[in-house]
Amino acid sequence: MSCLVELKNVSVNVEDKQILNGVDLCINPGEVHVIMGPNGAGKSTLANAIMAHPKYTLTQGDILFEGESIVELSADERARKGIFLSFQTPIEVPGITVEEFLRTTKAQVSDEKISILKFKKSLMPHLKDLDLDEEYLDRYLNVGFSGGEKKKTEILQMKVLDPKFIMLDEADSGLDVDAVRIVSENVAKFMDETKSLLIITHHSEILTSIEPDFVHVIMNGKLVKSGNAALGERIQKEGFNFIREELGLKPVEEESSAQEA
Amino acid sequence: MIKKNNTAVHLSQEALQERLKERKEKREVSRRERQKAREKRSAERTEVVEMRRGVYDNKNKFEYALKLEKGLTEEIVREISESKDEPEWMLNKRLEALEIFNKTPNPSWGPDLSAVDMNEISTYVRPKAQLESNWQEVPDEIRSTFDQLGIPEAELEMLSGVGAQYDSEVVYHNLKQRFKDMGVVYTDFDTAVREYPDIVQEYYGKCVNPRLHRYAALHYAVWSGGSFVSVPQGIEVDFPLQSYFRLNAPGAGQFEHTLIIIEEGSSAHFIEGCSAPKYNTLNLHAGAVELFIKDDAHLRYSTIENWSRNMYNLNTKRAIVDKGGKIEWVSGSFGSAVSMLYPASILRGEGAQSEFTGITFAGKDQYLDTGAQSMHLAPNTSSSINSKSISKSNGIAIYRGLVEIGPNAHGSKSTVSCESLMLDSESRSDTIPTIRISTDDVDLGHEAKIGRIDETAIFYLMSRGIPEDEAKAMIVRGFAEPIAKELPMEYAVEMNNLISLELKGAIG
Repeated sequence: MSCLVELKNVSVNVEDKQILNGVDLCINPGEVHVIMGPNGAGKSTLANAIMAHPKYTLTQGDILFEGESIVELSADERARKGIFLSFQTPIEVPGITVEEFLRTTKAQVSDEKISILKFKKSLMPHLKDLDLDEEYLDRYLNVGFSGGEKKKTEILQMKVLDPKFIMLDEADSGLDVDAVRIVSENVAKFMDETKSLLIITHHSEILTSIEPDFVHVIMNGKLVKSGNAALGERIQKEGFNFIREELGLKPVEEESSAQEA
Repeated sequence: MIKKNNTAVHLSQEALQERLKERKEKREVSRRERQKAREKRSAERTEVVEMRRGVYDNKNKFEYALKLEKGLTEEIVREISESKDEPEWMLNKRLEALEIFNKTPNPSWGPDLSAVDMNEISTYVRPKAQLESNWQEVPDEIRSTFDQLGIPEAELEMLSGVGAQYDSEVVYHNLKQRFKDMGVVYTDFDTAVREYPDIVQEYYGKCVNPRLHRYAALHYAVWSGGSFVSVPQGIEVDFPLQSYFRLNAPGAGQFEHTLIIIEEGSSAHFIEGCSAPKYNTLNLHAGAVELFIKDDAHLRYSTIENWSRNMYNLNTKRAIVDKGGKIEWVSGSFGSAVSMLYPASILRGEGAQSEFTGITFAGKDQYLDTGAQSMHLAPNTSSSINSKSISKSNGIAIYRGLVEIGPNAHGSKSTVSCESLMLDSESRSDTIPTIRISTDDVDLGHEAKIGRIDETAIFYLMSRGIPEDEAKAMIVRGFAEPIAKELPMEYAVEMNNLISLELKGAIG
């Protein structure tokens, strides 16, 4: 099996500061990977670098998608190839309604003209899945949305754009239990053997409906440990100190995922 | 572009009285509410914030030097008047204005106006001057803009200022009959001077005074064309009156005079101009708009102006609002080399209201100095100004505004919100608000926000497959949305197209 997404010795700087340092990762179609790590370890950097955020500079290595290097591609080109990032803090765009935004993105990604009425109709089942009212489509994108609504909007975008590779960056942070469940269920329902998922999280709530195939731990810009779902559960219980011990690092006091919730 | 399903409502006398009574009651209630709020505020008030007074405090130096303009002579002015077969009083007004013009220097503040070519103007305003412009002479880039805006062929020549007649006689004729039935007068200003001399004489120059500034004086000396609207008592004109039917007199696109009188309890919506660029041989536009809104009357005045890039747009717009009346301005300023435009609302009747919603887009080499003025001269008046500007590729967009609250305007309320969006590091934006308050019983809010386009927002949209240019356009369109929302659909669509074109730099 060849990787859908492959990171080869990837190092990334943010404003001259090195955040990622030689990361290797292969995600096969149909796989669910989880990345965990303490704050500032580089989790979000990894996702943003894959999405071509202009503030994140690749200083070394290569990123491949479906076997081809994408490092020269801009964010929109990567999105059109089927890469999707659900943001930790989605941006508010005043004056642009959710519906207009979705229609524009869909037209860009699918490269076809879309009938307004048909498109709106096609959104209805998604809204129902995500427990969102129809009137929500007329609101300005993310403006005045609750944390839950913002995350649901990200998932709605995912469903509309139908990407192959989905990254969820802290999709569960700041959400109530119901919202996390809805997000988690919708992602699980969306997945199939051709799609891959990369979840960046502190918690296990998002994993209630999604069974990870791999759990990776990132520390100081490096992937320091990989395992299966059990590793995630252990971190959830004990924090990262047992890994620090394995690595011969000093344990850190405040490191508990519960505190970060 | 006439709205379908036009219906005009002619209120009966009883219905009118009913309505006036209703409004009076409403006013009474809100007056009591305001009184309460006022008492509360007075109790809370502890200090008066020092205001920045800005350019409105500057006095123009009067130069009585013999700087007679070579270009514009009495002979030319007389010629204009004669060609229009004008009454004596109008000629006198023109000559008086010419004198004022010759004595009045350019403003000492704002953009540099020294490039305005008076010789060119004097040639142009001569009634017998050959207007050689034709469709072939319109620059290609402007013609292609028409295409890109999707303006129908039939309107192109008209809109570009070179056509002689708008091809909608039938539509216009039907409208005329409808107006007649309602008692509404809507005609071009030249005709109004001839056919409604009493009304015109009563109002002409009473709202925009020729002494206001140099280009107001010039306007009164050489005006030509424009619109005249008079809506009698108790009439609700519920379809927009659009002015570009009326732009076919020579020079009408440059020095047009608009006079609108909305009588007691009536309402109307007037739309001026169009979002297509007006190509003109002359580089100066100095129109005057005079709006009279009587007791409990309501006027919405919408404008999308888009001038060719050689234009100095020095337009003057003012409204006088009586008791319980309301003026709403919706204004989009595009194009031109220089614009100075500050629609003013003079709230002289108790409880009068004004609302200004405007957007200005300054692209390459443009200096757009725009804003709005609210003058509160009576108790319990209220005004709101919501101004947005976009600047790009060394364009300069300035908000220059005035809120004046006179000594009698107790219980008045004013809010000003200015937002500027700069699309790159070469463009410039500034806010120059002036606030003068002569009574201590007012409620005033001012908010200004100047910022560059948000890189993170661009990335966010790009991450959804939207190319960078379109992402930027989307953010700008979103920024302009509150204005687009106030416009009739076809104008909103055109404005959005225009913004996209401006962003691409596709407009000449």
